[in-house]
Amino acid sequence: MSLLELKNISKIYGGLKALDNVSLRIEKGEWIAIMGPSGSGKSTMMNIVGALDKPTSGEVIFDGRDISKESNKRLTELHRDKIGLVFQQFHLINYLNAVENVMVAQYYHSMPDEKEALEALERVGLAERARHLPSQLSGGEQQRVCIARALINSPELILADEPTGNLDEANENIVLEIFRQLHKEGTSLIVVTHDPEVGEEAQRIVRLEHGKVISDQKNELFKG
Amino acid sequence: MFFRMVRGTFRRQWKKMLMIAVTVALGASIATAMLNVMLGVGDKINAELKAYGSNITVVPQSEAVISKLYEVDDEVRPDYLKEERLNELLTIFWANNITDFAPVTETSVKLDNDDVKLVGSWFDHHLEFVKKGTTYQRDTGIINLRSWWDLKNGEWLDEQAISSGDCCMVGSELAKAKNISAGDEITVKNENNAVTLKVTGIYEAGDDEDNYIYTTLSTVQKLTNTDGLFQKAEVSAITSPDDELAVKAAKNPSLLTGDEYDLWYCTAYVSSICFQIQEAIPEASATAVLKIADSEGKILEKTELLMSLITLMSLIGATLGISNLVTSGVMERSQELALLKAVGAKNGQVTGLVLTETIMTAILGTVGGYFLGYAFAQVIGHTVFSSSIDMNGMVAFIVSVLIVAVTLVGSIPAIRIVLRLRPSEVLHGGH
Repeated sequence: MSLLELKNISKIYGGLKALDNVSLRIEKGEWIAIMGPSGSGKSTMMNIVGALDKPTSGEVIFDGRDISKESNKRLTELHRDKIGLVFQQFHLINYLNAVENVMVAQYYHSMPDEKEALEALERVGLAERARHLPSQLSGGEQQRVCIARALINSPELILADEPTGNLDEANENIVLEIFRQLHKEGTSLIVVTHDPEVGEEAQRIVRLEHGKVISDQKNELFKG
Repeated sequence: MFFRMVRGTFRRQWKKMLMIAVTVALGASIATAMLNVMLGVGDKINAELKAYGSNITVVPQSEAVISKLYEVDDEVRPDYLKEERLNELLTIFWANNITDFAPVTETSVKLDNDDVKLVGSWFDHHLEFVKKGTTYQRDTGIINLRSWWDLKNGEWLDEQAISSGDCCMVGSELAKAKNISAGDEITVKNENNAVTLKVTGIYEAGDDEDNYIYTTLSTVQKLTNTDGLFQKAEVSAITSPDDELAVKAAKNPSLLTGDEYDLWYCTAYVSSICFQIQEAIPEASATAVLKIADSEGKILEKTELLMSLITLMSLIGATLGISNLVTSGVMERSQELALLKAVGAKNGQVTGLVLTETIMTAILGTVGGYFLGYAFAQVIGHTVFSSSIDMNGMVAFIVSVLIVAVTLVGSIPAIRIVLRLRPSEVLHGGH
């Protein structure tokens, strides 16, 4: 059964078609890279897939349910319960330390549990930096906190928007290793990137241009 | 977690929060000061107006009837009251509200062949008597009832210090016309008697009294052969402003219901004090000096309106200030608030966070503002009324409610921004 299916999705901002009749099916446990130049519609697709935005037309079937017509409240519940978000700019709350940033996601999901939050940080190799503020962490460490926050509620899908865009090569490798591990554990991954090296880590590469899918291919170089 | 986030905001945005607290404190302080002055101003204004003379006149019953029926001049006065009957004013229920009183007898005398009005009264008369085992005493007289007199020359007539001879005070116009100074002696006479008066002082009243001679009541009694008698009494009492009940009672107290009567009788309306004076001195008629009573009501009404407007303006100012500060705070934190939505916070939860921070700040501002307002009220009290303003417990409650309302209304624009905040636009930016 598919985890997610986009059927003829279009998204129009004013007169601009950010997505133009896009259809895509993503299976459970699959790792997909969405690639394309700036303005190709990658972030728009990610917002729609992540239930952060609604399409102008078309259907978004998540776990067998069309979420394109759901209320904002239901969409909030969906991305809270089923989707973990990883951002290029990390978006950590700068007055909370690493473990507290992870606990924020727990707080709005169910109950904050510091032990679980510390385990999530340990999983991304940051247990020793748990009490540090974002300003005291490197870019790679901040991104790992962001990943720990995305993982804390055991989501079915991790959506990562340019997760290595602000990282050096060493940190990029650490983040990709975490993704490989998550994929092995059965977590579905959608990674939006314009970096070919990051894209080549995925099972499948979907290329967008001017809001349209111009190619959707299995990655022959996939090592998983 | 919630309070960790609130605490974090206070640490990170302390300057903005301080500005909100200061804005609230200013609004709360003005509201506190104005409301306290407004609620306490009745007594203060009454006390102020007492400085401008008596507000009750006591005359013999027969004189009152004639005056009312025929509108006769004060000179036609067929009757007198006994001086000793004024003791009763110290025994009535509202005795403590009667601040001063004095008997007055006026007569026309000749001074250098010119007709002059001579007024006899108490100046600083010491009254002391025992009734039903209780000793009553009071120093009272026109020294307090004519507090606005400007002493141009000499000093006030000290009734208690006079050991021998008769003394007087002369109005400034008359003194100028007759070239009289303090220390001079003048002789006044009527058809039957003459008396020589030592002038203790020259006063300026700013009205007809500048052409009068004021002397002790006993001097006038000797001159007019009215020992122990007086024509009318001036009474100054602290009263409550008239309302519908007072107006109804003033027409006829017997028209009141039992409860209304009790309330009216136990409230310091000028009419209920007059009523009780008449109960104590049945041969007298006590009436309100309407000009003063009316002024009290009007000044009170206008003062309250002014205070209300100042309070309203300060609260509107605070609302605008809060609105500006909270809105800019939310805009600065748009990424953080959008992130909370992205990790599953509902609109209500994000709004609750912003409102909690704002209301906690407002509470701190309100507490500070309340004490600042207390200080403002005292400054107003001492500057305007020369006395302190009592703090009314109700004001704290009213100000708290007003500030919560102001904070909530001021937060509306910020809440609208929070509700419209879309993580997809704020966190990912481009399309």
